[in-house]
Amino acid sequence: MYFVIAGGGEVGFHLAKALLESSHEVMLLESDRRRAQVIEEKLGSVVLNAPADEGRYQLEAGCQRADAVIAVTGEDPANLIICQLAKWKCNVPRVIARVNDPKNEIVFKALGIDETISSTRVIMNVIEQELPSGGFLPLMPLTGSHLELIEAEIAAGTPSAGKSIGSLGLPDGAAIGGIVRKGAVVHADDTTKLQVGDRIVVLSPTKVEADVRKALFG
Amino acid sequence: MNIVIVGCGRVGAFLAGQLDKAGHAVTIVDLDRGSFVHLPADFGGTTLLGNGTDLDVLRTAGIDKADAIFALTQGDNRNLMAAQIARQIFGVKRVIAKVNDPIRAALYRAHEISTVSRTTILGTLLEAMLMGDAEVGKVLIEKSKAAEAAMAGELG
Repeated sequence: MYFVIAGGGEVGFHLAKALLESSHEVMLLESDRRRAQVIEEKLGSVVLNAPADEGRYQLEAGCQRADAVIAVTGEDPANLIICQLAKWKCNVPRVIARVNDPKNEIVFKALGIDETISSTRVIMNVIEQELPSGGFLPLMPLTGSHLELIEAEIAAGTPSAGKSIGSLGLPDGAAIGGIVRKGAVVHADDTTKLQVGDRIVVLSPTKVEADVRKALFG
Repeated sequence: MNIVIVGCGRVGAFLAGQLDKAGHAVTIVDLDRGSFVHLPADFGGTTLLGNGTDLDVLRTAGIDKADAIFALTQGDNRNLMAAQIARQIFGVKRVIAKVNDPIRAALYRAHEISTVSRTTILGTLLEAMLMGDAEVGKVLIEKSKAAEAAMAGELG
């Protein structure tokens, strides 16, 4: 199948790579010249250095014969307009938009873009799955980065409960990316104190996973 | 009329000032607090700090009771998103977006969004001025001159 990807950030790059590895045909649109070059060096000539929100570049990328257009830039308005252009001007049968603000899933649907992916929502869904109380679960490796995503729950009696993130002694390179507290995402910085019942997501170099576990659970 | 303006650059601020003077209830939204300096000193409307493509910010701006909305940020995509939210989700009757890319301007006009492209409007006007075709911009230029004179007069 032929996929046109709009946006060559981390998401767009890894998506293109994965689709190419599954023997699909891919064209990636990236407006930043240097970023486009970097991707071309890694993936070959599958990059068009042009903005994806202009109809003529969508045509140049061959959207008319694309099986799907996937808009994964970091800007929700751009992803919306890219998908609408693809649908209305190029008659692309399937358009998929990344939404960065989960609220925009409803907005995009109302404006005719049915398929959306929200990374916030994906992480929330994973976290909401059952995890044993006081549990520690490496969720997934992040391709090509030697990093992984770890989920943990702070239970009563967990040594890190009540401590601020800055005082945990997390190993170098590891960071708490977010806390889910009473169903809502709480911003985490060094002064944030962990509470009993918190579910936390840690981004950590794979090799120091054991040290992360030690910092949280003793 | 209740009017919401998204984007307080020069155009948004000018329009907000004109409509406020004419007695309309104007709410102007911008992400950057510093942008509100563009408003006239005697602006009597409401300023709201926030992202004009955010559903909740638009609600706070009173989009559900607005008679008209203008989307005038520097980004075509942001303007088109704000305008479509106003039209499709809140049913605002008059929706006008600044879309500088002529192709997007034409496309969204076919989807119930009135679009104005600075590129083609200013370009067409400039060409007419060069060719000595006074008819094209006659009323527009007279009105602009009057507004400019009034603004300069206020500064003494």
